[in-house]
Amino acid sequence: MAAVILQASGLSRAFGGLQAVDGVDFELQAGEIHALIGPNGAGKTTFVSLLSGRIKPDAGVIRLGGSDITALPAHARVRAGIAYTFQITSIYPRLSVFDNVALAVRGGDLAASVMAALRRVGLAERADQVAGNLSYGHQRLLEVAMGLALSPRVLILDEPTQGLAAGEIAGFVALIRSLVPQTTVLLIEHNMEVVMGLADRITVLNFGRVLARGTTAEIRANPAVQAAYLGGDDAVA
Amino acid sequence: MGFGPFLLLALLEGTVAAAVLALTAVGLSLVFGVMRVVNVAHGEFFMLGAVVAWFVAAAVPGHAAMGFMLALVVAPLVVAGVAALADWLVLKRLNYDPEATIVATIGLLYILQQSALTFFGPTPRPVEAPFTWRIQTPWFGYSGYKLFVVLAAIAILLAVWAFMTRTRAGLVMRATQVDRQTARAFGINVDRVYAGTFALGAGLAAVAAVLVVPVSQAHYLMGGDPLLLSFIVVIIGGLGSLRGTLVAALVIGLGDGVISMFFSPTLAKIIATLLVALVLVFRPQGLFGAKA
Amino acid sequence: MSVTGKIWALHLGVLVMLAVAQAVLPAYHANNLARIMVLAVFAMGYNIAFGYTGLLSLGHALFFGFGMYGMGLAVWQVEWTFFPAVVLGLLAGGASAAAVGMLALRTAGVSFMIVTLMFAQAGYLTVLYFNQYTGGDQGFAVEAFARQVFGYDLAQDTPRAVAAFVLFAVALVLNLVLVRSRFGRVMAAMRENEERSRMLGYDVFHVKLRVMVISGLYAGAAGAAFGVLFGYVGANFATVQYSILPMLYVLMGGAGVVLGPLLGAVVMFYLIDIASGLTSAHLLVVGVALVVLVLFAPRGLLGMVRERWLPWLP
Repeated sequence: MAAVILQASGLSRAFGGLQAVDGVDFELQAGEIHALIGPNGAGKTTFVSLLSGRIKPDAGVIRLGGSDITALPAHARVRAGIAYTFQITSIYPRLSVFDNVALAVRGGDLAASVMAALRRVGLAERADQVAGNLSYGHQRLLEVAMGLALSPRVLILDEPTQGLAAGEIAGFVALIRSLVPQTTVLLIEHNMEVVMGLADRITVLNFGRVLARGTTAEIRANPAVQAAYLGGDDAVA
Repeated sequence: MGFGPFLLLALLEGTVAAAVLALTAVGLSLVFGVMRVVNVAHGEFFMLGAVVAWFVAAAVPGHAAMGFMLALVVAPLVVAGVAALADWLVLKRLNYDPEATIVATIGLLYILQQSALTFFGPTPRPVEAPFTWRIQTPWFGYSGYKLFVVLAAIAILLAVWAFMTRTRAGLVMRATQVDRQTARAFGINVDRVYAGTFALGAGLAAVAAVLVVPVSQAHYLMGGDPLLLSFIVVIIGGLGSLRGTLVAALVIGLGDGVISMFFSPTLAKIIATLLVALVLVFRPQGLFGAKA
Repeated sequence: MSVTGKIWALHLGVLVMLAVAQAVLPAYHANNLARIMVLAVFAMGYNIAFGYTGLLSLGHALFFGFGMYGMGLAVWQVEWTFFPAVVLGLLAGGASAAAVGMLALRTAGVSFMIVTLMFAQAGYLTVLYFNQYTGGDQGFAVEAFARQVFGYDLAQDTPRAVAAFVLFAVALVLNLVLVRSRFGRVMAAMRENEERSRMLGYDVFHVKLRVMVISGLYAGAAGAAFGVLFGYVGANFATVQYSILPMLYVLMGGAGVVLGPLLGAVVMFYLIDIASGLTSAHLLVVGVALVVLVLFAPRGLLGMVRERWLPWLP
């Protein structure tokens, strides 16, 4: 079995009276594509925000490659190797595409690293454009390029295919598949076709707790998951 | 005069200052609370109120009380009109963007102040008090008019409170404060609420100025201190909280009166400005406001 | 010509034009230009914070004042000569900005504006309060011995003009290098999208703090230079007005354009100068300019030029 690269144990976070993430244990294995699914409001975005450091946990421990990063602020976690792409596209709209990616590159040959990242997502010839003028699909690709330019150990993608056209999704899936095993990918995704096509393993969250985890086939066959997705709260309990 | 009477005098002066400050600061607080903008020109509306009061009082012949009473009505209306105009011409066009509004109201500050210099001149001018009774204590005589200022301020603040809690217009203002979008969806004319709030805030500053002008004087640079003190009060009281503003006005007004009498007023202001900065950094909900 | 070539040609060309203007203009205007260049250095510092990084401060008078009083008090109280006194002023500007930044940068937007405003006001009041050491409202003259550099007397027009030009040229070139550097790009990233920048691994607080210090060093240098070149240190240079003026210059000339502060300073200086010939209420110009700019031309003059004709303008 591959080494665990990112591990969370007993992770909890409440907002007011709402327990958004409730004692979640989670392991990400190096080189895998791991999908995080669950109904709306299941706590997926809160959970990855805890992993990336955007939100502080009430309880629990997060380890990256064995070392405890629970106390590290978000920017330090990015430097330690956890990249995060936002659910709602977040780029620098008034800067050029080149500058957007250049901001993610640390050290080394800047121009070469930027162009390499842009080539991987197919935006190399648009380097000089103003990022805000790109189409929505291209802006999502730009965000992935920024994530890649960080050369992360773990890349967290929060609903990357949301709002993309069917034709764009196919390209996106191929792109994400090409990232492993150099990078480990944690994917939040609603599109089950994408999840089933990409993921090695899946974790299902519901009401802030882990409902199920396993391979794609195991999750597909899991009656509790089916119940949660088909509705019917009694089936979950 | 012994320490006791001296302290009593300081407390009396502090109470007068607190009453005037409360009126001015409630105006600023209303504007911030409902419109979520900081009006840097608020002190100039105060100044404008005093200047207009002088013009009115100078134009009315006969007993001083006539001119004063007329000024008490006219000056706030004129100033409220100027404020509504500024809202319509400037703030509305900026869509009440918080940072742009601050820059614009700094511009407004200069425009009002320099216009007053042009039309009113650089000399401070007094407005005669409506009456001159003095209250005699065993140690000193005290101006009956100053006590009238305190009572008038309390009456006006009660009226504002009743307006905000008991009238439809007040309800509409509070609804807009809570959520601008929803208020609009419920058919509230937000533009009119904003113009009205801005006018009301400025009008309150003008009332305060008319009350105070018989004991100080009208001068084109008199807006600086009320602005700074109102800022201090509104921030320490908790931005947008009327109750906090009133408590803070009382504390700051009395404190300023007492400290200024025994120590240097400059030192009191240094302490207050630093306190405000630290409150904003470490306790942005204010010292007396509800926890955010 | 490459973009880099065009940029350097333009900025060096502007410097040459300024040098020529200093040499050929009548004494009155040459003297004005010296003042304008020093004030433009102050505004350049403001532009680095506001125009490039998005930090809208209302407290830069404090850093300018620290520069001016740092220099002036060193001369007055301990009789330091030109270089050490001016360097002290420069460092005082940077240090005061660091201290304010440590606290004020925990807030953002309107709160940041008010916190910086309050600190600057406290600074101004402090100058008044300790008037036996600072000269209070009256201020004090900078003594002649501190205005000697390499045997030249800064009280005379030509050495003063040269000194102002040298300061401006150095500040302009450093400004240009800064905004075209990798750190310059990071500054723009703070302005454009702070949360994204954090998630690219930038410590937002520290980047902004560095920018504040750079900005404060510019303000400090300008304050010290203003005092030593024109021979007077006074509390009115620490008033709110000296926080608003650099903001106005930057808004007028173009926020986030290297040459914006210079152009804004020239335009506003002469507008105020002309108005003061007509009326004692000459500051009306400041108010009208602020309102008109914020309503109709928030990008300023060079911002519009960049938008229409010169997209490469740094």
